[in-house]
Amino acid sequence: MSKKDRMSGNEAVAYAIRQVNPDVMPAFPITPSTEIPQMVSSYIANGEMDTEFIPVESEHSSMSATVGAEAAGARSMTATSSCGLAFMWEELLVAASNRLPLVLALVNRTLSGPININCDHSDSMGARDTGWIQIYAENNQEAYDNFIQAFPIAEDSRVHLPVMVCQDGFITSHAVENILLEEDADVKEFVGEYHPEEFLLNPGKPVAVGPYAISAYSMEAKYNQEQAMIRSKEVIREVAAKFKEKFGRGFELFEQYRTEDADYIMLIIGSAAGTAKTAVDELRDNGMKAGVLKLRVFRPFPAEEIAEALKNCKAVAIMDRCESYNGHGGPLASEVTAALYMNRAEVEAVSYVYGLAGRDFTVETACGIFKELSEAAEGKKFAQHRYVGLRTRKGQ
Amino acid sequence: MSSKSIEIRWHGRGGQGAKTAALLLADVCFKTGAYVQGFPEYGPERMGAPITAFNRISDKEIRVHSNIYNPDLVIVVDESLLASVDVTAGLKTEGAIIVNTDKTADEVRQFLNGYEGRVYTVDARTISVEALGKYFPNSPMLAAAVAVSSVMDKESFIKEMRASYEHKFAKKPEVIDGNMKALTMTFDALEDQLSAASER
Repeated sequence: MSKKDRMSGNEAVAYAIRQVNPDVMPAFPITPSTEIPQMVSSYIANGEMDTEFIPVESEHSSMSATVGAEAAGARSMTATSSCGLAFMWEELLVAASNRLPLVLALVNRTLSGPININCDHSDSMGARDTGWIQIYAENNQEAYDNFIQAFPIAEDSRVHLPVMVCQDGFITSHAVENILLEEDADVKEFVGEYHPEEFLLNPGKPVAVGPYAISAYSMEAKYNQEQAMIRSKEVIREVAAKFKEKFGRGFELFEQYRTEDADYIMLIIGSAAGTAKTAVDELRDNGMKAGVLKLRVFRPFPAEEIAEALKNCKAVAIMDRCESYNGHGGPLASEVTAALYMNRAEVEAVSYVYGLAGRDFTVETACGIFKELSEAAEGKKFAQHRYVGLRTRKGQ
Repeated sequence: MSSKSIEIRWHGRGGQGAKTAALLLADVCFKTGAYVQGFPEYGPERMGAPITAFNRISDKEIRVHSNIYNPDLVIVVDESLLASVDVTAGLKTEGAIIVNTDKTADEVRQFLNGYEGRVYTVDARTISVEALGKYFPNSPMLAAAVAVSSVMDKESFIKEMRASYEHKFAKKPEVIDGNMKALTMTFDALEDQLSAASER
C-alpha cells in the first residue's frame, strides 16, 4: 500500500536509499545535496539500514571509492551537486567505461562562476557525454520513483552502465510537497538482490577492471559502450512498465502533456515542466493549442521519438537550463534540432536559455514564450537563440 | 489560484526560522488532507541576510514550481526588513499582512508603501520570551499565519502542532509546552484584531 506523506526532494531520495539499502555509499557534502548523505548517516546511526557509509575528503575520492566498491561486487552509490560533480569528472568516465552499474543522486546546481548555490543544469549537462544514463525529475515524487528504478536499469545485463538520477536543487530538493511512499518490502522486492556477473572479489572467476587497452581493443570497447547505451532505452521502458504494474505510476522516456493536437510545444526538463503545464492549461482555456514535452531521459537521447512527437506541431520552444557557450543554443537545443533534421521533421524551433543560477521561471514567462512561438510560426523573424527572464538596463 | 488555494510569502532573516515556519505550516496543513508546498529562497548563505520562504496550500494538486509574486498573505518575521524590503510587493489588496512588532497595525501601516489591505501585528518577542524564556519568533508567527489565513481551524491546528513538536523535539521535550503556549497566546493576542476586521 502506498502511504501519503509530505517531504522534500532530498528527504524523498534519502528515504529511497534507506529502502534500497545499498552495500556501500561513499560521499562528500556539497550544497544542495548535503542533506542526502546527512540523512542516510542518521538512518545508519539509528540502525534503520546497514549500508557501509564512507565519509571521504573530496568528490574525487567519493566517486573513486564508489567505483572501487562497485567493481569489488558491492551495490554502490553516492550523491553530489555542481562543483562536486565537476571534481568527479575523471571517475565519471571510468565508471561508465568499466561498465559499473552504480547510481549517483545528483541535485542540480549551477557551476561556477559566479559562485552560486542555486539550480540550473550546467553540472549534469556538462557531464552529458561521460557515458552515464541521465534521468530527470519534475518533483519530489519523481525523484523518489526514478531513484528506485535506477538500480534495475543500471544492473540489467543488457546495460551495465551507471545512472545519474537528477532533481532540481532547492526547487525540489528543499521544497516540502505531498508524496506517495511505498512499503520497504515492496521497494526491496522491486529493486531485488544484486548479483553481479563479474566482480573483483570473486576468486572463482578472476577479472581485471580498468586495465590499459591497446588501440586494437579500445575502439571496440567504446563501440560496445555505445551499444549498451542504445539498449538501455528498452530497459528503461521495461523497468518503467514493471514500476507501473507494481506501484501504479507510469513513466516514459518523456511525458507528453496535451501535445496530441498541439500547435505549440515547449520541450523542457525538470521542475519547470510543472510550471509550463500550468501555463498550458491557462492558454488552452483561452483557445491556444499548447502542450509540453517533458524530457525525463536525456541519456540515452530519444531522438527519433522526440522527432515523431514534434513533427506535427507548428513550432517548438526548446528550453535549456544551462548555456553551451557555443553561440547558437544550449545542449538540448542542439540535440533536439539535430534529431528533427535527421528524422526529416521540419518544425520551426526556437532555442531558449532560462533559469540560470536559480533565476525564477514563472507561468507568465512560459506564456510569453508560447506567444513568441505563435509569432514565429506566423513568419515573424527574430533570433532563434534567445534568453528569457534576463534583467536589462532601464530604458533598453 | 482558485478560491480554495492560498499563497503565502514569508520574509525573515537567515537563522530566525522563517523557512522552518513555512515548512511547519506545510506540514500541519498536509495533515488536514491539503496539497501543500513549502520552500525557501536563499540569497547569500549567512546568518542575518534577508530570506524569503513560500507556501502554497490547495485542495488541488500543485504543479507550479516558481516563487510567489502575488501572495494572499505576507508574513514579516523581522520588523527591521520593512526599511529595506518591499514586503507588500504584489500582495493582493483583499489579502493581508502580518508583522512581528510591538507596534499597532495603524502604526505599522505607514511603513507598508501604501498597502490598503488588512494589517495585523503580533508581538512575537514578548510572547516568545514569556512562553519560552527565549526569543524564537517562528512559533508565534506560524500561529498568526493560521489564525489570519484560516487554512485550518484552531482546535485541529493546536492538536496537530502538539504532535509535530513531540516529534520534532523528541530529544528536548522540555520546550514542547512552551511552544504550545506561544501558539495559544498568539491566537488570544490576535482575537481582537481579527474580530475588528470581520466587523469592518
